[in-house]
Amino acid sequence: MKHVLSVLVENKPGVLSRVTGLVSRRGFNIESLSVGPVEDPTMSRVTAVVDADDVAYEQITKQLHKLISVHKITDLTDDGAIERELVLFKVNAAPERRNEIIEISNIFRAKIVDVGRNSLTIEATGDASKLKGLEDLFRAYGIKEIVRTGKIAMSRNAKD
Amino acid sequence: MTDKISSANDAFKSPAKRTATSVGAPRGGGSRTEKQGKRMLGAEAVVASLEAEGVDTVFGYPGGQAIKIYDALYDSHQLKHVLARHEQGAVHMADGYARSTGRPGVAIVTSGPGATNTVTGIATAYMDSVPLVVITGQVPRAVIGTDSFQESDIVGITMPVVKHSFLLQSTDELTSTFREAFHIATTGRPGPVLIDIPSDIAGSEMVFEYPDEVNIPSYKPTYRGNAKQIRAACRLIEDARRPLLYVGGGCVISDASAEVIRLANMMQIPVVTTLMGKGAYPISDPLNLGPVGMHGAKYSNLAMTEADLIIACGARFSDRVTGRPDKFAPNAKVIHIDIDPAEIGKIREAQVPIVGDLKGVLQGLISQLEKDGASPRTEAWLAEINQWRDRYPIYHAGLKDDESQIVPERVMIELSRQLDPDASIVVTEVGQHQMWAHQFIDRERVRTFLSSGGLGTMGFGFPAAIGAAIANPEAQVVCIAGDGSFQMNSQEMATAAINGVPVKVLIMDNRCLGMVHQWQKLFYKERYSETLLEPNPDFVKLAQAYAWEGRRITRPEEVADAIAEMLASPKPYLLDVAISRDQNVYPMVAPGSALDDVMGAIDVAVGAVRTDMPAPSQAASPKKSPCATIDEQFGGRWEAEPGDTAERLSLEDFEAEKGGSR
Repeated sequence: MKHVLSVLVENKPGVLSRVTGLVSRRGFNIESLSVGPVEDPTMSRVTAVVDADDVAYEQITKQLHKLISVHKITDLTDDGAIERELVLFKVNAAPERRNEIIEISNIFRAKIVDVGRNSLTIEATGDASKLKGLEDLFRAYGIKEIVRTGKIAMSRNAKD
Repeated sequence: MTDKISSANDAFKSPAKRTATSVGAPRGGGSRTEKQGKRMLGAEAVVASLEAEGVDTVFGYPGGQAIKIYDALYDSHQLKHVLARHEQGAVHMADGYARSTGRPGVAIVTSGPGATNTVTGIATAYMDSVPLVVITGQVPRAVIGTDSFQESDIVGITMPVVKHSFLLQSTDELTSTFREAFHIATTGRPGPVLIDIPSDIAGSEMVFEYPDEVNIPSYKPTYRGNAKQIRAACRLIEDARRPLLYVGGGCVISDASAEVIRLANMMQIPVVTTLMGKGAYPISDPLNLGPVGMHGAKYSNLAMTEADLIIACGARFSDRVTGRPDKFAPNAKVIHIDIDPAEIGKIREAQVPIVGDLKGVLQGLISQLEKDGASPRTEAWLAEINQWRDRYPIYHAGLKDDESQIVPERVMIELSRQLDPDASIVVTEVGQHQMWAHQFIDRERVRTFLSSGGLGTMGFGFPAAIGAAIANPEAQVVCIAGDGSFQMNSQEMATAAINGVPVKVLIMDNRCLGMVHQWQKLFYKERYSETLLEPNPDFVKLAQAYAWEGRRITRPEEVADAIAEMLASPKPYLLDVAISRDQNVYPMVAPGSALDDVMGAIDVAVGAVRTDMPAPSQAASPKKSPCATIDEQFGGRWEAEPGDTAERLSLEDFEAEKGGSR
């Protein structure tokens, strides 16, 4: 099962490699990863998506806790957390089909960020299912290239 | 024994509270040394930091990028440096020093190959939770990452095998890094910490300000066990009819011997010990069943299997103890006490998990049990265990062995008899001799039996013995080695000789890699692939070459006298004991078998013989035709082709043809 791990770490060189090394060393693939500083500039947040059963996942989080550089680990898998990714699509777009693609992009509240003679580049953000929907639609036109960020996630405000 | 119990009780009366702050505090002057506030070079600050931590001995090997640190070391009155002959040896020595004293071991090496040579030593310490601080020289900051001469990314290389590591970025963080390194290495579940020091930092001026405190917000190991869980554990202990204390290395680290002895005696709970826990419970106490696991006594393994409650004290349910995990202790509830939460539930689910320092948790358990007025209910259980004990002894003097050969078990029993358990430290290498030592060397105190348990590092024992001997000059230190293991770090004979360390090495010399040979005999059809070491060097001449004393014995009647001569020698001494390569370690639980599925245990009901011996495996014919090899791989299709009646090539012809076509 897929787990979304949010790990608060020291913002120091080598910390990311300690975190990812620990996960991969135990034979798990990190499906998505994003890292960036948080409100306190001495800290960073690593958001990782890992596919592991519950027992293995528990072991991974316990081992991560043991890293001196790790402050806090939050599991954002099941609590309806807000999840976002950003994707750039470069889609085949002959001039006569541009409007269709722009229309689709508008429906998904995606932005056209570049126009070529035979292609459009679209920036879209959202959760995984929305982006998957958009990707499926664009496939019909031919996708030249996809670049995506890792997933980022935040718990909802219910408890605050 | 009564003495031991009463002294254990005394220790219990004045419990010193252990916390991360108390355990991790500097053992030296900290900020109150005379070097505090002085201007000095980074290298001098490294030495001053070690002095502030109360370090008295460092082990190491100099080199280009460590030369500034070594220059500063030249002026230190407090630090004694022991020059090893290989960096791996230096780290194992620091490890032996740490295991035998409980204080952190320190090693200093240079960059590049010096640093990479420490990896095995660091991994060994990591697996056995030994506090080490390893200082590596690094190339100057300006050329890091340029493949400069003797550069290696040692922080990256050692990442999976250190508790933590630092790459020093400036002199500003030098002293706080050392304080943190010693704090992290010694507190919680201890482990090795590496500090990589670029040589330009060692050469920069700074003001030495050593801190006494550390503040690592992300590192707060749990020392106090949860009171509710402790009460829950007490209820299980009070209700149990067949409880068992399963004592591991955590008991040594936490200095919880007195508490385990007290708990076992007040509730009459039998005890089994792991390799790492050996010595944590005195063997002279009849409640101690001794080694458990792959080469444990059959009665210990039966006790584990039949128990209704296992109280795991700083033990981690290693595969060498549990055998097949799904058949391990099927009826037992588990109380698992460990300072490392990641160990709890890793292999075996715990009904009552307690994260905390074993010593404090056991003190809590004992006072709660006393408050409850709990009384032992284990009479029937102990009687049953004693029946097993009488029926399946771990060794029997009546065993029929070839009388002309030296029997390894008897060597161990004799050595154990001649050693004073309170004034000796036994260190082992890894292999058959290690298991014999585990089975037959009697230990009464913690930190008197040192062995590489988790990583199983051949080459660990001998340098670790030197480290232990340097740390404990009054103790008789004996390294029990195999001829294979000893040759992995025998260069350290020079270190022992030059430093006047009267370490004793007893080689159980079977001219082969005994443990692998045993597995090949039992599980690989006696195909002894690359395990025969004949011809070995003449170990006595080797000893003499290093100005050691040495003797080789081949006959059983020489054993007692030779051991006495070795122990009486004031010099380093090598005793080469010739044993047969057909000697195997029994009892044995085959890998992947259930713990009570024991091969080769003695059953006195049948007589003084080993029972359930594995069937002699079919000796494979040494030469096979290429066709037969292919048959084996492809399930016999080659020969089974009915239409194929052509004459087959013999191996000789095949080889000749191959040679001819070249």
